[in-house]
Amino acid sequence: MKILVAVKRVIDYSIKVHVKSDGSGIDFSGVKMSINPFDEIAIEEAVRLKEKGIASEIVAVSIGEKTCQESLRTALALGADRAIHVETSFETQPLCVAKALKALVERENPRLVILGKQAIDDDCNQTGQMLAALLSWPQGTFVSRLNVKEDEIEVVREIDGGLETLKMSLPAVVTTDLRLNEPRYATLPNIMKAKQKPFEILGEDVLGIDLKPHLKTLCVAEPPKRQAGIKVTTVDELIDKLQNEAKVI
Amino acid sequence: MSLLLIAEHDHETIAPATFAVLTAAEKFSVPIHVIIMGSSCQKVTEEISFYENVEKVWIVENQALSHFIPENMVNTLLELAKGYKFILAPSTTFGKNLLPRLAALLDVAQISDVIEIQDQNKFVRPIYAGNALATVTSEDAIKVLTVRPTAFEKAKKGSLKAPIELYPFVPPSIRGLTFVKKEESSAERPELTNASIVVSGGRGLQSKDNFALIEDLADLLGAAIGASRAAVDAGFVPNDYQVGQTGKVVAPTLYIAVGISGAIQHLAGMKESKVIVAINKDPDAPIFQVADYGIVGDLFTILPELTAKMKTVMKN
Ligand SMILES: Cc1cc2nc3c(=O)[nH]c(=O)nc-3n(C[C@H](O)[C@H](O)[C@H](O)COP(=O)(O)OP(=O)(O)OC[C@H]3O[C@@H](n4cnc5c(N)ncnc54)[C@H](O)[C@@H]3O)c2cc1C
Ligand SMILES: Nc1ncnc2c1ncn2[C@@H]1O[C@H](COP(=O)(O)O)[C@@H](O)[C@H]1O
Repeated sequence: MKILVAVKRVIDYSIKVHVKSDGSGIDFSGVKMSINPFDEIAIEEAVRLKEKGIASEIVAVSIGEKTCQESLRTALALGADRAIHVETSFETQPLCVAKALKALVERENPRLVILGKQAIDDDCNQTGQMLAALLSWPQGTFVSRLNVKEDEIEVVREIDGGLETLKMSLPAVVTTDLRLNEPRYATLPNIMKAKQKPFEILGEDVLGIDLKPHLKTLCVAEPPKRQAGIKVTTVDELIDKLQNEAKVI
Repeated sequence: MSLLLIAEHDHETIAPATFAVLTAAEKFSVPIHVIIMGSSCQKVTEEISFYENVEKVWIVENQALSHFIPENMVNTLLELAKGYKFILAPSTTFGKNLLPRLAALLDVAQISDVIEIQDQNKFVRPIYAGNALATVTSEDAIKVLTVRPTAFEKAKKGSLKAPIELYPFVPPSIRGLTFVKKEESSAERPELTNASIVVSGGRGLQSKDNFALIEDLADLLGAAIGASRAAVDAGFVPNDYQVGQTGKVVAPTLYIAVGISGAIQHLAGMKESKVIVAINKDPDAPIFQVADYGIVGDLFTILPELTAKMKTVMKN
């Protein structure tokens, strides 16, 4: 079974981002970039399926500027077999990414596509659902457990009220939640080996898609800052403040 | 040009998030139609039909809709949606799961997690875990939005009843999808996103058993329980207790963070709370930067003392 994994390059989760003073966007200069953490989980899950003999080939794909090839190299070092970069200078938005992924699915014919549930930069949480819609495939979103059986998968989904289990026939789209697995680190030998793995670069024109964004960002601002309050030294003082100053109890 | 609001419910009651979306919907100044989909929805349809500014309620009933599976809902919505200019749902796991599927079939972008509606085509949404706020517009004819429920007051019930109309169920195009089961976390306490007080525990609690300290205080205050990702990952509490960028967003009147360091991903889910209390033994923990009242010390002595003394306060 072939698996396609979507990988987005984002500002590392540990970085506190800064808004440019002219309000035009986020300041990217000199900032550490990484694979979206949910996509690391997606790669890990695919690799585990391969180790179990369920997956035969893992294709990692990324849509964006040239720099996202670095993230694809990491994906290869983590165990993907092949990488495809769809190069564009547009800011990638979920609907366009979903269209690009659909075109790649039609080219590659995977049985399973695994994406992150959310990119931690745009926090959209849309792409997997959109891809499933465009393909007319079932979707297992926010998945914390995945079981593949023959021509069917069972997913446990993290939802507001607890957990939901669904069964769906393949092909299908799955999006990962944090507790699906703990991703491994790339080892040095694997990073070296990754350099030899097949790497394809495609333009929008090759796929016959239009990646022009539908949404326009007018401005980006810092959120209002919360004032740090005071430290109290005793529980009595805390209760007094909550009762008489904040009046919340 | 009207607005379609997709209501979230459990067949018994309308999810409170829906009423926040209703308030957001009013900002568009167009007629608001609500759609209720499910397997047996008379009761919830009645409930929403009495809310102010609801002009019409569509009801769609079918056995296939009993578990709110997007694949089973989307063909009906797609047909109905074409007559609307705005489509809204809450950015709960229900809305997040469903709405992008609809937007893609309409070939329009979705605007996720809107916290402010400036006009009919100008929306503010948090990005980067709320560390920046983007103002966006859409070039699409239909605007599809999920709305962050904590950013809007809940709409009020009115006295007039909106007309209810039946809409036919359009069968799904996808087969081979079955619901197996749902494991619900305890419903004894107030729901996290809706509670006026939240007591949250983090890795500092050290074990599932110690979380009883959090439960004691929460039960005394009639509060909901929340947690950091670290606490959930360690198995102290179920997944749906997670507060943060990738968990739930809460904005209670009082948020008490115990043994939580205050990573940006956690702050994203609670920094809009009215009053924040932090209990942490590390005076430099980032949580203190957003806390109105901080207390530095060992939670294992402070928490029991707080609970005991609150008990006396609550009695008076
Ligand atoms: C993609 C991604 C998404 C994430 N999403 C979320 C999210 O939605 N929500 C979330 O919470 N996190 C999220 N995280 C994780 C986040 O980065 C932090 O790792 C996490 O919030 C830390 O949890 P914590 O504060 O409980 O643990 P720690 O950071 O380990 O903090 C424990 C705190 O407890 C204090 N403490 C220990 N013992 C005591 C004691 N006896 N008395 C008093 N204080 C004590 C310590 O001083 C410390 O400050 C995400 C991370 C990633 C990468
Ligand atoms: N430009 C991109 N390239 C590859 N995958 C992407 C891209 N954008 C989004 N994705 C995938 O879609 C998931 C959800 O993203 P989003 O809908 O933007 O929150 C991510 O975790 C990725 O798996």
